[in-house]
This record gives sequence, structure tokens and C-alpha cells, in this order.
Amino acid sequence: MIPAQFDYARANTLDEALNLLAQNEDAKILAGGHSLIPAMKLRLMQPPLLIDIGRIKDLSYIDEADGQIRIGAMTTHYQIESSDLLKRMCPLLPECASHIGDMQVRNKGTIGGSLAHSDPAADWPAAALALNAELVAVSKDGERTIKADDFFVDLLTTALNPGEILREIRINKNGSSQAYVKMPHPASGFAIVGVAANLIMNGSNECTSARIGITGVAAKAYRATGVENAMAGSQLNEAAIATAAKHVSDNTDINGDLFASADYRRHLAAVYTRRAIQTAASRV
Amino acid sequence: MADKYVGKRVKRTEDPRLIKGLAHYVDDIGLPGTLHVAFVRSMYAHARITGIDTSEALKVPGVVAVYTGKDIATKIGPVPCAAALPDLKVPDYRVLATDKVLFVGHPIAAVVATDKYAARDAAEILYPGVELEELPAVVSIIDGVPTTPVIHEHFGDNIAYKLTSGEGDIEAAMKAADRIVKQKMIHQRLAPIAMEPRGVLARYFPGEEELTVWSSTQIPHLLRTQLALMIGIPENKLRVITPEVGGGFGSKLNVYAEEALLGWISMQLGKPVKWIESRRENVAATIHGRAQVGTVEVGIKNDGTITGLRYNVVADLGAYHQLLTPAIPTLTGLMLSGAYKIPAIQMNVTGVFTNKMSTDAYRGAGRPEATYVVERVMDVIARELNLDPIEVRRKNFPKADEFPFHTATGLDYDSGDYEAALKKALDLSGYQKLREEQKKARDNGKLIGIGLSSYVEICALGPSQAMPAGGWESATVRIEPTGKVTVLTGASPHGQGQETSFAQIAADEVGVDLNDVTVIHGDTGIVQYGIGTFGSRATAVGGTAVLIAIHKLKEKAAKIAAHMMQCDASRLSFEAGCYSKQEAAAAAVTGKSEPVVPVGEGPAGALHEVPTPTNGRNKITIQEIALAAHIAKELPPDTEPGLSATYFFEPKNFTFPFGTHICVVEIDKDTGETKIIKYVAVDDCGKVINPLLVDGQVHGGIVQSIGQALYEEVVYDEQGQLVTGELMDYALPRASQMPWFDTDRTETPSPVNPLGVKGVGEAGTIGATPAIVNAVVDALSPYGVKHLDMPVRPEAVWRIIRAPEG
Repeated sequence: MIPAQFDYARANTLDEALNLLAQNEDAKILAGGHSLIPAMKLRLMQPPLLIDIGRIKDLSYIDEADGQIRIGAMTTHYQIESSDLLKRMCPLLPECASHIGDMQVRNKGTIGGSLAHSDPAADWPAAALALNAELVAVSKDGERTIKADDFFVDLLTTALNPGEILREIRINKNGSSQAYVKMPHPASGFAIVGVAANLIMNGSNECTSARIGITGVAAKAYRATGVENAMAGSQLNEAAIATAAKHVSDNTDINGDLFASADYRRHLAAVYTRRAIQTAASRV
Repeated sequence: MADKYVGKRVKRTEDPRLIKGLAHYVDDIGLPGTLHVAFVRSMYAHARITGIDTSEALKVPGVVAVYTGKDIATKIGPVPCAAALPDLKVPDYRVLATDKVLFVGHPIAAVVATDKYAARDAAEILYPGVELEELPAVVSIIDGVPTTPVIHEHFGDNIAYKLTSGEGDIEAAMKAADRIVKQKMIHQRLAPIAMEPRGVLARYFPGEEELTVWSSTQIPHLLRTQLALMIGIPENKLRVITPEVGGGFGSKLNVYAEEALLGWISMQLGKPVKWIESRRENVAATIHGRAQVGTVEVGIKNDGTITGLRYNVVADLGAYHQLLTPAIPTLTGLMLSGAYKIPAIQMNVTGVFTNKMSTDAYRGAGRPEATYVVERVMDVIARELNLDPIEVRRKNFPKADEFPFHTATGLDYDSGDYEAALKKALDLSGYQKLREEQKKARDNGKLIGIGLSSYVEICALGPSQAMPAGGWESATVRIEPTGKVTVLTGASPHGQGQETSFAQIAADEVGVDLNDVTVIHGDTGIVQYGIGTFGSRATAVGGTAVLIAIHKLKEKAAKIAAHMMQCDASRLSFEAGCYSKQEAAAAAVTGKSEPVVPVGEGPAGALHEVPTPTNGRNKITIQEIALAAHIAKELPPDTEPGLSATYFFEPKNFTFPFGTHICVVEIDKDTGETKIIKYVAVDDCGKVINPLLVDGQVHGGIVQSIGQALYEEVVYDEQGQLVTGELMDYALPRASQMPWFDTDRTETPSPVNPLGVKGVGEAGTIGATPAIVNAVVDALSPYGVKHLDMPVRPEAVWRIIRAPEG
């Protein structure tokens, strides 16, 4: 469990990190290290250079501006889990954080690191999709904003270009009803299935619109648009929710493994989607 | 003498250093100039080695040497197997693979370098230089003995041995039955996963010709003997030290290739060499446990009385025999009578070679399999006869007055009261109420299951007649000139807490403060020969050795005391560490006795004043006697100076702890997930030295049982590839998954040793597993389920629940 040789550089500013990254195409950004380091120890990843952005000031914050919640990429899972501001304004995020790994992991791992890694069973991608998050990427050429819908491209692949660093996660406040539910893998703690539900409800228990993010089920996190469409404009009763939830795996290639075959995972996805919607709806 | 410590919840004296991170494990020991070893291991289950090119690895800066199987084949003896079974086939197990690799993780080459990073890098670079011609692998035993390919070609087949055991006329017993119940069961492969993986540091002094091996092992002395034979160094020039050992669970009750190889390399290079196992190596190349597939047949009368039991089983031994590999299933055969009177029992076992890591002793070692077979089938019988599972068990229990109780597996159970433990567990769990709640829950569409297990285990291994390398244990007890008591035990605790419990025994018996006792273990250079810690034996056998050594020591102390007080030894009484003339003892009752000097409260660094016969005292503490014995000016004639005694205790029998565990589960109908909502354990391990330690052992054992019942499995795929090679895949139970444990005890002393203790280290892993699976099966009984194999994963449960709906 010893990684291959690599160089290490600690960036003191974002510019410094971007310069290093521009000079070293195969370098990897080291955030909390909780996905990257294990992969390196197994020698599945052998980057020649790690650029540590952990000491850069101003990458770890949770604040509110212009009707948006802004979270620095280096904000730890635990900071999100324990944020009063988020509990009040976007409870899906603290709830999602509480499902990640264990306390030690949550104290080191970061939301930006997890999103940029795009593990198919990580928790944050589901939440980012459900919340319609905007991901701010920065490079030497400047900044751009990527919609969560466009961010997760494939297994461990994001829309970040070479030379880009994820700097911030932005979420529009919308007063919605939210929930994150998950069946963890008994060994890894990653999601067998994780469902983030974000519902806009009107006063008469009707779902105006829904965004449902799914992780653990396919090669990448995805939005369950079949569920969302079935929900939109419908009364949130048990039968309607159960019927809508069955669309969770429409047009999706489902993962199968030792713990959960594709059949079983498809079933679990529907069950957990139903539970996520029910829980969210109960939080109006 | 009143017990001051025995029976009390004394906190572990080991813990402060462990909690503060001040303890020393193998990897914490650093010697100047140490070289580091990394292994190149097979990624194939079965392949022929057609060539090894080490040239690239040797070019890596820092690399000192590379050894391959061919280099050392004639220089280091084979990895030993101590199990002696009739017609056992024993493959030649070289410390590095020579012609073929036989399992994923099989070591092919050892790279030695100046630091561990260079060693690992060179090992990675070397692997592509190993030419391997992949062969089909022998993997599954689910459908019986795999015939092709033959792993060890010269044996002709993959059968290591066949053995039939048991007593009574099994055919007649089956004929006498009203019906026969039959059930196939799988005991999956498990990885012991000690928190501290294995590790070895070896240092050879060429001048003194002395080799010291630090190893994370449970058996320092047995390891020394075996390593001396393997490496060819005189045993008295080899010292094995086990520093802190972070758990073993049987996985370190072994002699491993790496231990011999490190010792030998140190001798070749004249430098210290170190290897610390990675977790991946630990899962792949440290022994596994369980791995039996068997079918049990039980003859029963319509009232539930058992007439006979037959167990036909195939045991997956892996590619080679480690120290006890073939013997583990024989322990299963010994315990197939469980807690019941069964007139005839037969086990037919076939041990087979597979392209996997060897199986061997994992916490319980053969007994959990037996208990699972018996306790699982008791529930199958109850279902067959539509009886409460408790009634079937009661029907077949021996009564408390039937002990010692002879079983048809050839054992004599020492003592027991199975009904008492069962009743206590039923009361503690509120069993009747649980059944009512279960019925109500079912009516409301919820799946609640109640399972129990009334187990017996065989502990305190054991009489030497029944053990491959001696079943006794040793102790030396010394009282030093300053009055401090030193206990040297041949047991080798590695988490069990015997530094505390043996100190409790010694402090009470010598009559001193607990803090005046130090227990030393795990160093063959200091401690007299011992057997080690495994098989729930350390306290029952090793603790007894401590007790009797103190008795011997006190015989001498009394003689000196009598001499010093100028009276006959028969006139002395001993209490609270003090010898008194009988008149003085009588005076003490009336309160006229002179005050005894409190032990251990003298000024630091001061010796006790040596009393002389002329000072007229009629009380002397044993610590004062110790000083007198060392100064040796006032000893009785023909008395050796010093105050120490050694005793090797040979038990006459095993001990047989027992108990009843009750588990209640709730199953999520939507997902098949099982949640344990109540757990009750009533264990009887004889007399208890330290209830805190017993609770800890029971808790840990139940946790590992929950792991086996619900989560854990070492999975090899059809090509013999290890699928669960790390803790991201191998589902070790987590604290967050554990329910509350309600524990209690009954106490039936063992007549086998004067302490009356039986042992408790494996009770949890033996007693709990069937209770959990029985609960799951009970919960699913509305679906007509009779049996489910472990680990009971949610998907399997879900498939049952959804089946009626298609």
C-alpha cells in the first residue's frame, strides 16, 4: 500500500496552483485526498505530481450572496454537515454530508474534491444534480460556470478541462422540500443507491416541479428525468409517488456487483427514490 | 484468604499505553541500518512459473538483493504443518513459489532494499519480469470435490484427506428415527482481519551467531522451535519476541513463510530486515477461516428426540497446509453433539485442495461450524415437527446432574447446566412477550424474527494427548528483592487482557497490591517455554499455571517465615500477604494484633527492613521474606536462595463453556435489509476472573458473528481471482451497525482446574452466528423459508420476499 513515486507541490495561491497545473499536464490536484490517495496507494493512479491546494486561503467557506449559496471547493464534508446556514437554507447538503464515510473522512474530505473526482457512487453528485448546482471552474484563461447537469460526463470523468480547477459550488435558493436517502455498501460505505430529492411544492400538496439526483446506480450520477416528469404537476400521494419512482432507471444501464445485482439495484433505486420523495414531501 | 481482585471489574492495565499510542508493535521497533523487504506476489490463482528476470528490479536505487524460490528452495525448510491425520497428503510448501503459483498472493520473490519505498517500487518493477503461464484454477467446493485440474499433480487428485469420526451405530440410529431431517449448509470463507496486520523484524548478529525475530504472533515459543528447524539455526541461538500484538483471532497462530524468510535474509546480509504486511497482503496471504460445505442429516422421533446425526462435509483447505489447516474440520467433528444427548454421531469429512489461501484457525476454529450445523438444524427440526425451537432443545439437553457427560463425539463435557442458561436468556429477553409482539407485527405486515442458539464450546485446549505440540501452559512467579511480583507466562496474550487478569490472580494469591505485579509474556529470551494463546486456553491453562506456581512459591516462603519467626511452619497462617504465628492470628481477631505495615507504601527506593529472628515479630510479609530470601543470610538449612517457582500445568480435560444467545431481527420488506433490534447473550464460562474482560470478549465475538451471519465473505471468482481483496470490498462489521448487547452470565465452575474457569475468547463467534441466522429464517418463515446461507445479504432476502409476486 505504498504509492509510486510522485512529486509534491504546495500551492499558496490559486494562481500558483493554476500555473503548476498548466506546466504539468498529468498532475493531479490534491484536495482532501480521500479518493486520490487510496487510488495511488493501490497504484491504480500514478500521477507524477500532486498539487496540494489545501493551504490556499479562501477556498473553504459557506456563505450567501445575491440569492445564492456559495460553497468553497475545499469546504469539508463536516463543515457542510454542521453548517447552521445550510441547515436553514439548503438542508439537503448537510443531510447528504452526514451520509459520507465516517467522522474522520468527513473531517478531511471536501465537496470540491469529491465532485471533481466524480466517483459513480459518491454522494455529492446526486445532491449537486438535484439542487441544480453551478460549478465554478477556474483556469489561467479565466472562470466559467458549469451546470451540474453538464458536469458529470462519465465514470470518473467530468466536464473540467485540463488546466481547470473547481473553485466554488453555487446553489440558487428556492425554498424547496429536500431529502437525501441512501443504502450504503456494507464495506466501502459508498452508495449502493443514493437519492437526492428536491421538490417545489404548492400549497395544495401538489408538486410543481421536481429534481431527482441518483448515485451508485450507473456509471455516473444522473437525473431521474422520468421520475421528475411523472411528478411534475401531480398530487403527492403514496400511489403517485410510488408510480413515479418506478421510472428511476428508465433508459439507464444499471451497475451490478457482488452486493447488489442490476435487478436488485434497479428495485432499490425505485424504493429509495420513493422514500426520498416521501421524506422530502413530509418536510414542506 | 479473601479475594481482593478476582471477580472484580478491574480496568485493563494494558489500556493506558494502547490508548495513548505509547505501545510498541513490530513496526514501532526501529533498528539502525534496517533493510526493508517487499514481496512480489502472484496475481494469478494457478500458473506455471517459466522464468523470472530480476535484472530490472536489481537496478532500482537502494535495492540490495532479490531472492526467488529457486534461490532458497534448498536452504529454508518447508512451511510446517503440525496436524497429524491418517494418510494426510502434505504438499511441499516452500517459502517462495518455485515451479507454480497456487493462489493469488502466493509469494514469488522477495526484494530487499534500504527503504520500504524502494523495495515496493522494485517489486512492482519485478512483477512483469515473472513469466507465468496461467492454468485453470480449482475454486468452488459448492458442488463437491473438484476433480480437475489437479493442483499438486503428484498426489493424483485434489483430496488431502478423508476422515470419519464419531461413536455409536449411526445406521441403527437413523433406522430408529421416525423421520430424517436433512439440510445443506455453507460456511463461507472469512478473513480474520486483525487490526494490526502481520509484521516481522529480524536481526542477526554474525559475531554472536544470534538471531532475534520480532513477530506479531500468538505463539512465540512454538514459532521459535519451527523457525529454528526451517532456517537451521540452533534453537538456543534464536530469540522470538512478540511485542504488542494488535489482535490475532487465530490468524497469528501459525508459522508463516515470511517469518522464516526474514530470519534467513537477515542471516545472509548480516543486517536487520523488516517487513510489515499491507492490508491487501493480509486479506490475500494471511490464513482464512471456515470454508466448509456440508449436509447434515438428523434422525428424530416425532416428539423431537434426536436419535442420531450425520454430517458429510467438504472442507476447502486452500492450496497448502499451514500449521493446523487439516485439523480444523476435526474440531467440527468433536462438537457435533452440541448441547444435546445424541446417541450416535458420524462426521465424514473430505479435505480438498483449492487455488486459494489456506484456511486455518479463525476465532472458533471448527467449532462455529459445528455449532452452526447443530443449532441451525434444531430450528429445521422444530419447523418440521411444528414445535417451538425451545422445546426441541429442552427435549435433548442433558440435565445438570448428568455431568460429566459423555458425547458420541468422544468427549466428556466437564460441567454444565444448559437449562439454567436458557431460562436466564428467555427471562432476560422476555421471550414470550417477544413472540406475542412478533405475531402482532406479522399481522401488521412487518417481518420480525426471533432466533436462539444454545451452544457448547470446547475450550482450554487442552490435554497434551489431544494437541499436536503440547497442551500445557507454564508460569514462573518471582518475588523480587524489593517485593515486586513478576509473573512470566508462557501464554501470549494479544488483546485478551491477561496482563490484568493474571495480575489479579497473582495479587490475590500473593496478597499484594495489583500494581506490585507485572506480567511478562511473549519473549523466548526471558520467558520459559510456553504454548501460547489460542483456543480460549490462556486463563484456564496459563492462569492455573500462575496459581499453582504461586502455591509452590508460598510453600518455600512459609518455610522461610517459620524459620525467621522461629516456629513450626504448621503454626503459620497466611492472610493478605502476611505470615502470622497462629497466636498472633488469633489476636488479630480480637483487634490486639500489631498493625501490619501496608505493602508498597514505603519510601521510594527503600528496601523493606529485614526482620531478624531476634526482633520478636510474629508477623512477616511475603515481600519481606522475598528480600530475606535474596540476601540469604537467615535461610533455613538446605534452602535455595531466591524466591521464585515455575509450574507447567497439564490439564486433564478440555473445558466446555456454554450459553444461550437470543437475537431479534426486523427485515425491511422493501429492500431485504436485516436489522438486529435486540440481542441477548447469557454465557457460562465457569468462574470469572474479570467480568469486564469477559464482557469484552463476548461483545467482540458477537460482532464477528454478526459479520459472518450478515456481511463477511472472502470471494474468489471462477478464475480464482480474489474479489474481496481489501476493506472496500470485504465487509467487516462496523460499530455503527451493531445493536446493544444485553449480556448476563450463569456460573458453573469447571472441575478441570482449581480456578474453576472455562474460557470465553471464542464464545461469541461460536454461539451467536446461528442465533442471528435463525432469527432471519424465522422472520421469513411466512414465505416458507427453511434455510438461508451466510452471509445473508439483503438481495437474497429480497428475492425470497418478492418471489410469490413473481
